[in-house]
Amino acid sequence: MVTAGDMDLPRGGIRIKIAERTHELSDSAIGESVPSIINISDLCMFYDRAQALINITMEIRPREITALIGPSGCGKSTFLRCLNRMNDVIPGTRATGSVMIHGQNVLDQHIDVVELRKKVGMVFQRPNPFPMSIFDNVAYGPRLHGAGGKYYIDEVVENSLRGAALWEEVKDILHTSAMKLSGGQQQRLCIARVLAVEPEILLMDEPASALDPTSTLKIEELMQDLAQQYTIIIVTHNMQQAARVSNYTGFFLNGEMIEFDRSDIIFTKPGDRRTEEYITGRFG
Amino acid sequence: MNRKLSQTIAFTVLRISTLFVVVPVLLVMYFIISRGWRSMSWSFLSTMPAEGGVSGGISGPIIGTLILVTCTIGIALPLGLLSAIYLSEYAKPNLFTRVIRLAIVNLAGVPSIVYGLFGVGIFLLFLKMQPSILVASMTLALLILPVLIVGAEEALRSVPQGFRDASLALGATKWQTVQRIVLPNALPGIITGTILGLSRASGETAPILFTGAVALMGHMPHSLHDPFMALPYHLYMISAASGATVPEYMQWGTALTLLTIVLTMNIAAAIVRLHYRRKQVW
Amino acid sequence: MKIPKIIRKIGEVFMEKLILLCGGVTIIFVILIFVFLLRYSLPALRVVPLFQILVGKDWYPGDEAFGILAIIWGSLLTTVGAIIVAVPIGVAVAIYIGEVAHKRIRETLKPVVEILAAIPSVVIGFLGLVLLVPVIQNVLKIDTGMTALTGAIMLAFMAMPTIISISEDALHAVPQQYREASLAMGATKWQTIWRVVVPAARSGIVASVMLGVGRAIGETMTVLMVTGNSTAMPVWSHGLGFLQPMRTLTATIAAEMGEAVDKSTHYYVLFVIGAVLFVITFLVNFMADLALHRTRR
Repeated sequence: MVTAGDMDLPRGGIRIKIAERTHELSDSAIGESVPSIINISDLCMFYDRAQALINITMEIRPREITALIGPSGCGKSTFLRCLNRMNDVIPGTRATGSVMIHGQNVLDQHIDVVELRKKVGMVFQRPNPFPMSIFDNVAYGPRLHGAGGKYYIDEVVENSLRGAALWEEVKDILHTSAMKLSGGQQQRLCIARVLAVEPEILLMDEPASALDPTSTLKIEELMQDLAQQYTIIIVTHNMQQAARVSNYTGFFLNGEMIEFDRSDIIFTKPGDRRTEEYITGRFG
Repeated sequence: MNRKLSQTIAFTVLRISTLFVVVPVLLVMYFIISRGWRSMSWSFLSTMPAEGGVSGGISGPIIGTLILVTCTIGIALPLGLLSAIYLSEYAKPNLFTRVIRLAIVNLAGVPSIVYGLFGVGIFLLFLKMQPSILVASMTLALLILPVLIVGAEEALRSVPQGFRDASLALGATKWQTVQRIVLPNALPGIITGTILGLSRASGETAPILFTGAVALMGHMPHSLHDPFMALPYHLYMISAASGATVPEYMQWGTALTLLTIVLTMNIAAAIVRLHYRRKQVW
Repeated sequence: MKIPKIIRKIGEVFMEKLILLCGGVTIIFVILIFVFLLRYSLPALRVVPLFQILVGKDWYPGDEAFGILAIIWGSLLTTVGAIIVAVPIGVAVAIYIGEVAHKRIRETLKPVVEILAAIPSVVIGFLGLVLLVPVIQNVLKIDTGMTALTGAIMLAFMAMPTIISISEDALHAVPQQYREASLAMGATKWQTIWRVVVPAARSGIVASVMLGVGRAIGETMTVLMVTGNSTAMPVWSHGLGFLQPMRTLTATIAAEMGEAVDKSTHYYVLFVIGAVLFVITFLVNFMADLALHRTRR
């Protein structure tokens, strides 16, 4: 078991802490024979004529937290949305290349997008619970697919809320409106909602950026628990957050992925000059 | 100094112009209520017109209008709602959509008598149907279709995109998202638009003149295939078309009844709109 | 309730096709209306050439004279008269509501405008008949109060709410930055409104006027009840033609449809008039839509 201890590395005036991780890190560097769960190859994305993503190639490892960092507008969210075909919602978008999950290219037109989105769940930047009760929010996904009776749903809801570290706080108010929860609670509710459809992969698009610091910390702790069971890809513009929680980090710039490596390497000895400049804050 | 003066003059002119709107409305209210009040009684509202409308009441026209308007909404609402769902949830920004919107603008601008003419042409002449509640309500449905579509589309669009995204990301299909998330949350706006459509349909005369409304009938319509009496047509008939013989207070009473029905619906729509705007949680 | 996946999929596809169909249904209706108007115009056009109908001064259906020029004049006079009255007042009220009035006044005025818009045309016609017609007759000392002028005034009340609400939308859409920039340069509020906001909202206001025109041309019951329904050509010396009874295109259809002998040329000429009306309002609305699109850009 490899643990990275607390490392305080002064780097151009910015101190970066690399968190303690006590769960199993998949062994060492990229290139070792741990089968990746998502294999992205030459992914390009176009909004009408403008190209938003240029030849992205990377591998996502199972049950790790992979962070995607980079300045605003560099394509990280667009990339994330390719993985569960949410870009289909925006008219005029087009993607080429391949995103292989379990041997299937999810960009293929014949893929069952509904099934894909169950396997690859997404949490959005702004918490967006439905204007319904907490219970109905979490039960929404299972009910879509005509899931079994009342007891089954009750069980799924409880398990999901527990998995999102929200059960204790809401177990007595399950049937009140979700809109009455605080921002941090709403976001955890959105996580529970996703967990209820039993995904394998969780995509998180700046999940804590709209929240206060305490809620942010709670979400980060939750992520690390969830990583024991799920593969997590998180987009964040908060570098410290990326350094804290992730095992692997990819740096995006202007639609290209500049560098992708283990987080301890990216944040201490990045290979590319541009990565280093971003990390040390020379541009935002 | 001169600029300040110009502003004062300009603003005064503006204020005076509003009088041209407010005063007439107040006058309308005053005259119709004060002169129509005389004939208001339960018997007036519940007796059939007699002697060519010179005596009796207006129960036939009232019931006729209510039946007509119900049928009209029954036809126009599903059509208009699905159309609005298409525009709001499925349409892409292309030529087809642009043409649809142009068509809606044009339908909204077609003169009401031309709708009546169309109704005669397609239903009476071409399909050889009889003038009836059915034919008239189909004609009227076409007239209020643009009103419903625009109102419903606005209501659907007001539902935040975040809800749709969340639903789709959980593996719902587009139609499931529309059914379970978008429609329920757009309901208040849709109801408002529907009531306004009802109000519009209640007051229209020209489209039903030759497609089913008759000046006088001795009995209530027995079925949707019967002709019928309608309140706006009745008002026209006893004021402009027969003139001197019908007592003035009855004409005012009919006008008052019609105006009350129409304005009540408008007020109801406004109440629905206000109530749900306050309750809105997003 | 577990529905087998394949049935759900079929139901889904069905719904989506139905929705697509309903989306395009408005286009179908517009085409249908035009087609049927044309179809039933043809029997008349075979007997009387279109040109003769449009330009002929005599409308004596009994004698097979189907000239609608006088009727076109009737529509024109009432519409132009209505617009002359409704546009200054309507735009002024829109400016007042949108730019000048305090919140409370605005919240009282807007419902009043909505009430005016909601009054059915037959009620407006009735009021014009019973209240305005005698006044015009007595004040202007003419033979009858049922004139084009009366029609124009009542039509103005019907067009005003349209002009007010769409102009108001156009004014509202002008970005706040424009106003702030002007005020910051020391302009008064009125100068800002008149020199910056109104010009910026120009296309929207023009569109509102066009839609008002469309409304006025297409109005039936009001003019049927107050303009006297005479089919004589306007006498220009007589108050520019405003002070005599007139008939509009819309009223002609409404008045004569019931009287025309079934399936006679007279009957079908009414469809010709309907087609003419349809084309006019189509053009007016098309241009209004273009103007509105220019504002949105």
